[in-house]
Amino acid sequence: MSSSPRPFLSLAGLRYGARAALPAFPGFIMFAAAFGTAAAQKGLSLAEAMGLSVFVYAGASQMVALEIWQKVWTPSTILTLMTVTAVVNSRMILLGATLQPWLRHEPAARSALNLFLLTEAGWLIGTRYHNEGGRDVGVLLGTGLILWVVWQVATVIGYFVGALVPQPRAFGLDMVMPIFFSIMLVPLWKGARPAIPWLVAGIVSFVTHALVPGYGYIVAGALAGVIAGMLIE
Amino acid sequence: MSDFSTVIASPWGSALAITGMMLVTFLCRIAGVVLMSHVRITPRLERGLRALPGSIILATILPVALDAGWPALVALGTAVAVMATTRIDVLSLAAGLGALSVIRALL
Repeated sequence: MSSSPRPFLSLAGLRYGARAALPAFPGFIMFAAAFGTAAAQKGLSLAEAMGLSVFVYAGASQMVALEIWQKVWTPSTILTLMTVTAVVNSRMILLGATLQPWLRHEPAARSALNLFLLTEAGWLIGTRYHNEGGRDVGVLLGTGLILWVVWQVATVIGYFVGALVPQPRAFGLDMVMPIFFSIMLVPLWKGARPAIPWLVAGIVSFVTHALVPGYGYIVAGALAGVIAGMLIE
Repeated sequence: MSDFSTVIASPWGSALAITGMMLVTFLCRIAGVVLMSHVRITPRLERGLRALPGSIILATILPVALDAGWPALVALGTAVAVMATTRIDVLSLAAGLGALSVIRALL
């Protein structure tokens, strides 16, 4: 750990990160466009839809928010919305935990920006780079910035144009995020033994998904994987 | 309090709702870093966190893929196989999507 180079931030890193984010574009475009379309159908104004994409910037919770969106808000409906958001996005706590060694010596304001832009896809791309020995925080930031921009553009397009592709299923686009995620699994592979926790995570997630409605299965599976990793020597 | 209820019931309510969601989400985003800077990272904890990226991936995609049926599993397998041989992520994504479209076109 102490032998690894100190983290830094460079313009070259920003560019590298923006390029490395490319395979995540199709998934982001599909998801944000679907959100924009759903928001328009649900009767949200463009300002409300963009407010969610710009400031919340977390796909699953944005979709869930549409389910409980109100014309007239009360303190209790806002509290419900915040609680559901916390549950759906709690998995991000885990993502942040693994970034801490990388961001440890960063200025707080820059880390705040980097973490505001944190998504699973960007984190996976950053983790791959970090595992290969890279320490340039610019890569994480470059990935985060470009994906955020893609998300905003696709939200607007989805809001006005509706579905981008007439039959997304025919082109396999409903599975574009899972396919991207499975690709990111390959550089993580270090043999069968370190992958046992992954299997535990998958099983726990699948069982949770079958028994409990909502998005809780991701954090349940992820936690099970971490615990399995801690227990296996 | 009644003033607050009036504001919340006005169009400003949406702005408050979005602000609330943003705050909660940002807290989730920074909480891991803040927590870990106060926790001593033992070798055991480090092992657990090292298992996280793969665990998140499996936890996210496995239920979705199994729900989508065998063509989705073949698509994931194709993407992984292409990535393992070429290490080119964009190509692997195209291969996965291509495999899925072909299977669905034939079914």
